[in-house]
Amino acid sequence: MAESNGLKLVLAWGFVGIPLAWGVIETLLNALKLFR
Amino acid sequence: MALSFLARERTIAPPGYSRWLIPPAALCIHLCIGQAYAFSVFNLPMTKLIGITQSAPDDWKLTDLGWIFSVGIFFLGASAAVLGRWVEEGGPRRAMFTAALCFGSGFIVSALGVYVHNIWIVYLGYGVIGGFGLGLGYISPVSTLIKWFPDRPGMATGMAIMGFGGGAFIASPLSVWLMRVFSTPTHVGVAETFIILGLVYFCFMMVGAVIVRVPAPGWAPAGYVAPAAPRKLITTQNVYVYDALKTPQFWLIWWVLCLNVTAGIGVLGQASAMSQEMFPGRINPVAAAGFVGLMSLFNMGGRFFWASMSDLLGRKNTYFIFFALGTVLYALVPFAGGAGSITLFVICFLVIISMYGGGFATVPAYLKDMFGTQYVGAIHGLLITAWSMAGIFGPVIVNYMRQYYVDHGVPKAQAYNTTMYLMAALLVVGFICNALVKAVHERHHMKRTTETEGGALGAAAPAAQ
Repeated sequence: MAESNGLKLVLAWGFVGIPLAWGVIETLLNALKLFR
Repeated sequence: MALSFLARERTIAPPGYSRWLIPPAALCIHLCIGQAYAFSVFNLPMTKLIGITQSAPDDWKLTDLGWIFSVGIFFLGASAAVLGRWVEEGGPRRAMFTAALCFGSGFIVSALGVYVHNIWIVYLGYGVIGGFGLGLGYISPVSTLIKWFPDRPGMATGMAIMGFGGGAFIASPLSVWLMRVFSTPTHVGVAETFIILGLVYFCFMMVGAVIVRVPAPGWAPAGYVAPAAPRKLITTQNVYVYDALKTPQFWLIWWVLCLNVTAGIGVLGQASAMSQEMFPGRINPVAAAGFVGLMSLFNMGGRFFWASMSDLLGRKNTYFIFFALGTVLYALVPFAGGAGSITLFVICFLVIISMYGGGFATVPAYLKDMFGTQYVGAIHGLLITAWSMAGIFGPVIVNYMRQYYVDHGVPKAQAYNTTMYLMAALLVVGFICNALVKAVHERHHMKRTTETEGGALGAAAPAAQ
C-alpha cells in the first residue's frame, strides 16, 4: 500500500507541479526585467 | 447509473489512502479556474476578429469585452453563494465534475460566439456557464481539505487557493502560444484556442474529480488527538449554513475579507500604471510588467505562506498582522514615492499583495474555527460575495480618486497619495472588525452537537494552534 501510495503521490504532484513550475519560471523571467 | 461514481459514498477513502493526494486534486481544479485572472490576454485579439491587423468598425470594443470577465466574476460569487449547500451535501466529486463540465463547456460555447461573432453567446459561455464553473470549482475542495487536515487546515486550504493565484501563470503563456499556433494572415485563432482550452481544462479538472476522496467516518491523522474541549475562538460544534448568516461573526468576517481584498485588488489592477506614474522615467513599461509579474508571484506565495502561518499564530492574529502591517505599508508608499525609493515602493507592495492573497487563503480556516467543519464549504461560498463587492469597490476607489486629483492639477506622481492613505484607513476599519470577532453563541449551534460524520469531523479543532 505504501509503495503504491508513493507512486500515486509522485504522479499526482508531478501532474500539478510541473505546469505550475513552468508558469512560475516564465513569470519570474519576465519579472527580472524590473531589475535590468 | 453511469454517474453513480459521483456520489459522496463512492468517494469515501479506503484504509491507507494518503491524505497528501487531496491537495493535488484540489490544485487540479484551482489551477484551471485561476485562468480567470489571465482572461485579459484575449481582449486585444478579440478586438481584431474581423479587421485581423487592426480593429474594423464592426469589431468588438474593449468596453464590450470587459463585461465577459465581470459577468464571470459575478456568477462566480452567485453560484458559490447559492450552491454552497449543494456542494457540501453532494460531496466534492460531484461538485468538481460539475465545475469541470461548466468551465470546459463555457469555453466551447464562447468559441461558438467568437466563430459567429455574437458577443452575447460569449457572455453566456464564459460569463454565465463558465462563471458557474468558477464558483463551484472554487469552493468544492475547501471543506474536504479541512476534514483531511484537522491539524493544519490553514496550510491545506492555502495550498488549494494558492493554485487559483497560480492558474494565470499557466494560462497566460499557454493562451498566447495557442493563438500564435492557430493564427493565419486572415484569422486570429481565438475560437480554436477556446476549444483547446475548454477540452484541456475539462480533462485536467476531471483528474482532480477522480483523485478526490472524503475521509472515512472516524478517521483522524496518525498521532492526532482532537482537543476534548473547545479552545478560545475554535469551536467543536457546527453551525448550519443559513444560521451562520444570523451571527455577527459571519458579517464581521465578511467585512474583514471585503476590506482586505478592497485594499489589495485596487492596486493590483493599477500596479503597472501606478509604478510608472510615481517614478516617471525610472520605471518603463517593460519594468512595470516585471513588477506586475513579481506581484502575482507574491500574491500566490502569500496564499500558502500566510495560511500556513495562521495554523501557528491563530486566524484572528494573522488578520491583525494583515491590517496593522498593511496600514503601515500603505502609509509608507507616498513617502517612498516622495523619496524616490523604488526599492521601498516595491517591497511595500510585494508584502501588501502577499497579505491580500493570504486573506483569501486564511478565511476558510477562520470560518471553520467559528462555525465548525460540517457546512464550512457552504458558508465559505456565501462569504465569497465579499470578494465580488470588493472587486467593484477597490478598482473604482483607486481609478476615480486618481482621476479626481489629476483633473484638479495634482502631478501624476502624487495623485495616488490620498488613495494610499484611504486604503490605510480601510485597513484600520478591518482591524476593528477583526477585533470584534468573538466565539459564536451556543444558541446558533446545531442540535447534534458532537461532530461525528465525515471522518475528521469528530476531530474538528486543530491541534497546532
